[in-house]
Amino acid sequence: MNLSMKWLAEFVTLDDMTPRAFAEAMTMSGSKVEGWEVEGAEVHNVVVGKILSLEKHPDSDHLWICQVDVGAQAPVQIVTGAQNLQVGDYVPAALHNSNLPGGKKIKKGKLRGVESNGMLCSLGELGLTVHDFPNAIEDGIFVLGDDCDRTPGKNICEAIGLNDTKMEFEITSNRPDCFSVIGLAREAAATFQKPLRLHTPEVKAGHGDCTSLLDVHIEDEKLCRVYSARIVKNVRVKPSPRWMRERLRAMGVRPINNIVDITNYVMLEYGQPMHAFDLRYIEDSKIRVRRARNGETITTLDGIDRKLTPNQLVIADAKKPVAIAGVMGGEYSGIMDDTTTIVFESANFLGSSVRVTARDQGMRTDASARYEKGLDPNNCLPALQRACELVEMLDAGDVMDGVIVDDRSSHEQKKIKLDVDWINRFLDITLTKEQMEAILNQLGCMMEGDDILIPSYRPDLEHKADIAEEIVRFYGYNKVSSTSIRGGAQGKYTERQKFDRDISETMRALGLDEIMTYSFISPKYYDKINMPEDDALRKSVKISNPLGEDTSIMRTVALPSMMEILARNYNNRNAEAFLFELAREYIPTTEDQLPEEKNKLIAGLYGENLDFFVLKGMVETLLDKLSVYDYDIEAVQNAYSYHPGRCARLTIDGKELGILGEIHPEVTEQYGISCRVYSFTLDADLMFTYAQREKQYKPLPKFPAVTRDLALLCDDSIPVLTLEKAMKKAAGPLLESIKLFDVYKGKQIEAGKKSVAFSLTLRSADNTLTDEQAVATINKVIKALETLGAVLRS
Amino acid sequence: MKKQLEDIREKAVHALSEAKLQQDIETLRVQFLGKKGELTSILKQMGKLSPEERPVIGQLANEVRSFIEKSIEKRLSELKAEETRRRLEAETVDVTLPGVSKKLGCKHPLSLVLDEVKEIFVGMGFDIVDGPEVEYDYYNFEALNMPKDHPARDTQDTFYINDKIVLRTQTSPVQIRVMEKAAPPIRVISPGRVYRSDAVDATHSPLFHQIEGLVVDKGITFADLKGTLEAFVKRLYGEDSVVRFRPHHFPFTEPSAEVDVQCFSCHGEGCRLCKGEGWIEILGCGMVHPKVLQNCNIDPEVYSGFAFGLGLERIVMRRYNIDDLRLFYENDVRFLHQF
Repeated sequence: MNLSMKWLAEFVTLDDMTPRAFAEAMTMSGSKVEGWEVEGAEVHNVVVGKILSLEKHPDSDHLWICQVDVGAQAPVQIVTGAQNLQVGDYVPAALHNSNLPGGKKIKKGKLRGVESNGMLCSLGELGLTVHDFPNAIEDGIFVLGDDCDRTPGKNICEAIGLNDTKMEFEITSNRPDCFSVIGLAREAAATFQKPLRLHTPEVKAGHGDCTSLLDVHIEDEKLCRVYSARIVKNVRVKPSPRWMRERLRAMGVRPINNIVDITNYVMLEYGQPMHAFDLRYIEDSKIRVRRARNGETITTLDGIDRKLTPNQLVIADAKKPVAIAGVMGGEYSGIMDDTTTIVFESANFLGSSVRVTARDQGMRTDASARYEKGLDPNNCLPALQRACELVEMLDAGDVMDGVIVDDRSSHEQKKIKLDVDWINRFLDITLTKEQMEAILNQLGCMMEGDDILIPSYRPDLEHKADIAEEIVRFYGYNKVSSTSIRGGAQGKYTERQKFDRDISETMRALGLDEIMTYSFISPKYYDKINMPEDDALRKSVKISNPLGEDTSIMRTVALPSMMEILARNYNNRNAEAFLFELAREYIPTTEDQLPEEKNKLIAGLYGENLDFFVLKGMVETLLDKLSVYDYDIEAVQNAYSYHPGRCARLTIDGKELGILGEIHPEVTEQYGISCRVYSFTLDADLMFTYAQREKQYKPLPKFPAVTRDLALLCDDSIPVLTLEKAMKKAAGPLLESIKLFDVYKGKQIEAGKKSVAFSLTLRSADNTLTDEQAVATINKVIKALETLGAVLRS
Repeated sequence: MKKQLEDIREKAVHALSEAKLQQDIETLRVQFLGKKGELTSILKQMGKLSPEERPVIGQLANEVRSFIEKSIEKRLSELKAEETRRRLEAETVDVTLPGVSKKLGCKHPLSLVLDEVKEIFVGMGFDIVDGPEVEYDYYNFEALNMPKDHPARDTQDTFYINDKIVLRTQTSPVQIRVMEKAAPPIRVISPGRVYRSDAVDATHSPLFHQIEGLVVDKGITFADLKGTLEAFVKRLYGEDSVVRFRPHHFPFTEPSAEVDVQCFSCHGEGCRLCKGEGWIEILGCGMVHPKVLQNCNIDPEVYSGFAFGLGLERIVMRRYNIDDLRLFYENDVRFLHQF
């Protein structure tokens, strides 16, 4: 929302202050100023000049040599190429060493041998358009009309009124009243503790009664609470006066003609959108405020045919919609060249309805932007009166007597008790009742005993906390002291938070970098990881209004996100990438229930010196560090994203703990990676469940250990883990550890067999092992191995 | 015989001085002191001596023996030292060659700063709570005083799953869940991912991180809000940072404020970093709206509280001078390794 400081001055007289000081104070009382612009700030040393003589340039057929009175003793000679000048014209004269918008500098020089001591300016060169000065022309020198101060030598910005300051405010959604000059003036008056001068519009009218010319009826009083109208006949469409054009310009609205400008002017001043209809096009002189009927259409002012739906409110005549309520008027309802009688509409529509309609129609207008925040129904009539007052002031037509109004609004006075003690306690300040009342009065909140009478333009004030905010805004947020919360509290990390931190620390110690990826993916990403068409994990939580396909569903597996990042690093020619993420997966449940959010640890790696066992070592180190023991590991051939011969599944207590392996070459190829990629995913929630975090000290061994090496020959198909498990089971409590130290296939070993060598450490906690004890244990082990077909190598 | 002993002593001194290796010394030890050594063979002739000479020669022989023994030990340690010196000299390396390093992984910069923020709040007595990212509309909006037609919903472009379920646009729903479950006093922060339908560019992302906090107890005041957040900002940005509270509007707090820190670069004068404002907005906060407390069955007449929220990405970008938010989610290792 822009604010013209000139316009503001009509309501509040502020002490002389810099724009910065104004902006700072307004910001600190709650009306945030985003920036400001001083009109004409870039224009320097440009003055009003009067053309004293015009003479053809001797060496040019289009240049003119002008003698210009610029208020100095002697005239100044300026050469111009413009063809629209006459002796006696007043023009903007940029003198030697002057500045124009866009960083343009003017210096004296010679044009085809003739001295020129400056430049005469067009509208464009001053940063203006014909909308600002409708009597001027676009492609020629700006000849000042009689709406300008035509004193030679006068600073041009002052002479033509290019000297306003525009403040740009950020208005929060709770303050629709501040989308107006009056609303901001009220805030400014309270901020600087100055009186607010409000004006009550006066309309002379007297051109016959209008109430019989138009029949207004609200059919849906939920969506429209007030509809008021007045009629102006003998409309005289012409440009608005300079002061009005200036103000509109400063607020960022382009001046059009007096009638359109009046509707915009009132909207800006009062915050109440206005609409002007041509009475001729309202069939049967009936206005019906109703929901659109199925199949109805309207061509709006912007020339677009629009389909209407029954949840959209329209202004209709006896037969058809003539405007979409609060959003935009219909094509034929506007002001034409031959318009003679107009209806000014000032109405109040339900904000949420306007918002939805504007959104569904895809057109957000200045009017809808105001309506959708919820406007004050009591503002309709004053705004209507103001419009008619301006019509008379601008001699834009003859205002007829009478106001046509259908008012369904509640005029109930809202009251909130002023609880001085509570507010003081809540804010930790000490203001008196009088001090609080003074602040509230400035905001237009009057008192009735202990009750605050809430003005209808402040629907946001509902509770004593809202009153506390009004008090502290003007008392000063930064004058309130800063205290510590009473009473101690022990903040702590939960066991789970510490566990996640341990995961992250261990992964980093293993040399993996932490990454963060988007939780949403494209359904196509499932294809890229070879997920079968009918896989249950394809069923994902879908975003109904995604930004694009790539971010349209919530992932049910973290792998595609990891692969994307690996691929990006690979494409960026990074020689290696060792990455991990603590990632969530989102598993849908039922339609109206939240999905299950699973926490996974995923790692992805490519680079030198990697193989399945390096990856497996990482998993083992991590699980050991996290005290997750007793998990099982088995080969899986059918994990679609993985190499069928280099993939293992981890389970614990019969539940799937995770998967690790080399990524299937088809998958890496689909990601454009032409080296081997390794990845594992572990269920962080399950790891936490099974982690044995409670530690107990075990005494260090007192007696020596006995070591025996066993070299075995067995079928190649027997996994080493099977042998180890058999040995552990057979050996009993004396077995301290088993270490595999060799696996051999090839020469001297028959095909289909392998040689495996283990080192077994035996130890007793109670005594030094005897030979007999050791031999007995080893014999049990050998026997158990034999049942698996593994025999000692001779 | 005396002469022989003297000769042996001299011979030994000479031989030892000639010896270059430790093995040579061993040979000499055998040669002079061994069972068949020179000294022993002389001593074997002691019987031939007169009773008068015997003690004299015996004493001399012992002297020579102990002298040779000492000399051997001395020479041995000299040679050892020499050998060590030579070996060490041969082992000299170019210390400017690169070290063999164990590669450690890096924390993501967002985690780095998030962990710091968590530390600060845990130190101030806050617990850390977590909640679902796919959330009911009720928790994300309605319970937070943003009913279906509330205009503030427009400012948070929401991803919808269906009418009832959204991707949370803030981590505030976690606060509602906390208040529903636990009775005051409450002191928590809820960090996490949030989602808004902003197209990706240098300063926008449809997914980013927020850290929100909530305090509810009897007698919590606006001054407590100020004191707590000032303390936080000073711990994050340094004790000398200047903080201001500026009125703002959030549907779930009343009064509401935004907190600015004075620009670190221009100290309030206005520069490019702070877009000429002299201040940088870092968090939003306010006293918990009575309707929000009521929605969670906490009596606003008895309890009061404050809530706050800050965006993690912006803090991290400012800290490390990162000018493009996309870098966080692209995860190029050349970026990650800088932290």
